[in-house]
Amino acid sequence: MSVLAIQTRGLTRRFGALTAVDHLDLQIEKGTIYGFLGPNGCGKSTTIRMLCGLLTPSEGTIDVLGQTLPQDAEALRLRIGYMTQKFSLYEDLSVLGNLRFLAQLYNLPGAVSRQRITQVLSEYGLDKLRAQLAGSLSGGQKQRLALAAAVLHEPDLLFLDEPTSAVDPENRRHFWEKLFDLCDQGTSILVSTHYMDEAERCHRLAILEAGKLCAEDEPKKLLQPLTGRIVEVEADDMRTVKSRLQKLEQVRSSAQQGIRLRVLLNPGVQDSLEFVKNHLSDLQMHCQLVNPSLEDVFVQVTRGARSGGRQ
Amino acid sequence: MSKLAPVFKLSQSVKRIQAIVFKEFRQLKRDRMTFGMVVMIPIIQLLLFGYAINTEVRGIPIAVVDMSHNAAARVIEQAVVATQVVEVIERYPTPQEAEKAIVNGEVRAALVFPPDLAKRIVEERALGQWLVDGSDTMVSSALLPLRSMPLSQIFIDPALDYGKSHTTFEVALFFNPTRRAAVNIVPGLIGTILTMTMILFTSTAIVRERERGNLELLITTPIRPLELMIGKILPYIVIGLIQMTLILALGYSVFDVPIIGALHQIYMATLLFIAASLSIGLVISTIAKTQLQAMQMTVFILLPSILLSGFMFPFEAMPGAAQAIAEVLPATHFMRMIRAIVLRGAELPGLLNDAFWLMGFTVVGLMVAAARFKKTVD
Ligand SMILES: Nc1ncnc2c1ncn2[C@@H]1O[C@H](COP(=O)(O)OP(=O)(O)OP(=O)(O)O)[C@@H](O)[C@H]1O
Ligand SMILES: [Mg+2]
Repeated sequence: MSVLAIQTRGLTRRFGALTAVDHLDLQIEKGTIYGFLGPNGCGKSTTIRMLCGLLTPSEGTIDVLGQTLPQDAEALRLRIGYMTQKFSLYEDLSVLGNLRFLAQLYNLPGAVSRQRITQVLSEYGLDKLRAQLAGSLSGGQKQRLALAAAVLHEPDLLFLDEPTSAVDPENRRHFWEKLFDLCDQGTSILVSTHYMDEAERCHRLAILEAGKLCAEDEPKKLLQPLTGRIVEVEADDMRTVKSRLQKLEQVRSSAQQGIRLRVLLNPGVQDSLEFVKNHLSDLQMHCQLVNPSLEDVFVQVTRGARSGGRQ
Repeated sequence: MSKLAPVFKLSQSVKRIQAIVFKEFRQLKRDRMTFGMVVMIPIIQLLLFGYAINTEVRGIPIAVVDMSHNAAARVIEQAVVATQVVEVIERYPTPQEAEKAIVNGEVRAALVFPPDLAKRIVEERALGQWLVDGSDTMVSSALLPLRSMPLSQIFIDPALDYGKSHTTFEVALFFNPTRRAAVNIVPGLIGTILTMTMILFTSTAIVRERERGNLELLITTPIRPLELMIGKILPYIVIGLIQMTLILALGYSVFDVPIIGALHQIYMATLLFIAASLSIGLVISTIAKTQLQAMQMTVFILLPSILLSGFMFPFEAMPGAAQAIAEVLPATHFMRMIRAIVLRGAELPGLLNDAFWLMGFTVVGLMVAAARFKKTVD
């Protein structure tokens, strides 16, 4: 048995003239949580759909759990779970009705089905909501139901497409605890997101832009090259600071965060802090070196070439 | 469990179909609108066609002028009133007064019995005269059969029968043409209403799931296209049979439609037709992108089904091209079968051509729908 849950080579999908996914080479290990990070329209959903066998690739090969897609899609149905980006359960069925329906479609035997439904209801805090119509659930409750439905048949591989887009930070943390529980039980998970805090929790991360893979590594390792290259500037006349810094070729990007300006410098600058100080010496300001965040990584790998574009 | 190869197991397949069927029923129960349509469409249509769009005119107010003072006049008058086409609301001693009443619009017509009625009966001459308001063509044409009604042959009362009892049969013939319209319409309505509701319900069935985003979930489950198709049509077969029962029961109790054929024959024929209609709906459902498109395509099938199937116009009177199109439509075959069974007591074995056509249509429709339905979102 291979240690890879997913392996793709040159995976490409075109919609007319648009290339939504552009020659992706992915290798995702079993038993890990793998993240897709990227802006809207970068091809996260399209990639996940191809990996689920719902969308035929224009080019490239896909191997999921040792099966070739799209040919073996049917054989994989029982082994993968898919939580769609848009809520796709039946709004006019109750929580319990939805779960029962899916249990039947997956041919779970009566006893197993009852046991699994009871289990997921309590595990995902849906016990009190069992009789409520799915359409009347809150955003976070819907998300929990969708996850419960996706894991009902105990899949080996779970695809989660922006699972926490409607969830508050508190509930998001709970949600991730559930994901880690699943991962501990041996489920491989692929999750797409555009939240940095979520991305940081993944074992490995792929950063996508315009269908292309920009960077791929453990979140910590992605941060490493940026250490010592980020300076936060606090000044009265932010406008002047910004326009002056943006003119410098050593400055990769600058982004205002509240009253501070976050400046990312290009590699090769010896002492970032001194560099910035020197250039702003005539102004009333205060600056300090800060730790990089995934957001900086994101900026670095995706928008690096068009720096300063952020408000 | 996940190591199991996905071999095809019939019992699993049946379970999955069952899941779809139960789900559809649960959704239907919540969907007041559709639920209402199931019951209201047949009732409203039946009443509309039965009463309002009834070409048969009833209860025209007339006057009677009896100058004969003969008991025979009474009998003839009763026979005329019994047709229900007219209603006697006035009596005048002279034709002149009746004419004045017609001009004033108090009555639409007058039936005049001359003083020599007894003599005319014996000599088999025209018994009387109809004075008719010709300004309303509907009224005059409704009275036309009464005008040419062989009044001399009406005597079924033995006391007044001058040896002409053999003509009783002729009177019965007279009643039939006027009642035939309503009698013909009700079985035909079953075809029209079922075409409308069955195609409409199923044509939106899969499109709706697509529009609401449920399809993306559904196709990641092990359900097979054919299972989904079958699961989707089974609930509507039940609904179709309920509708048919409703129409026939109403037709029988309100419009006196005779049900000569056996009930199980009626149900069998209807079942075949429902299945064929549903398979059209499913094919539409796999073509249409939105519910609106699905409804437009439904109308596209519905119109020829109403106009060409023989429901509106006699099939034999249509031009060849129209007949050819009509022959393709399930509604045409059903119209033939249901009228034959309900009105003439025919049995399915005698209608095999039509039955086979409907069966073939269903199988092909299901196949096309299942083949067109891909478990992808391409
Ligand atoms: N069925 C389709 N037909 C045409 N274009 C499509 C289709 N599906 C996706 N696209 C295009 O492909 C690109 C990638 O879309 P995708 O849904 O994969 O983005 P995403 O990364 O999931 O974005 P988001 O974060 O907004 O969900 C987009 O530009 C989108 O417009
Ligand atoms: Mg998406």
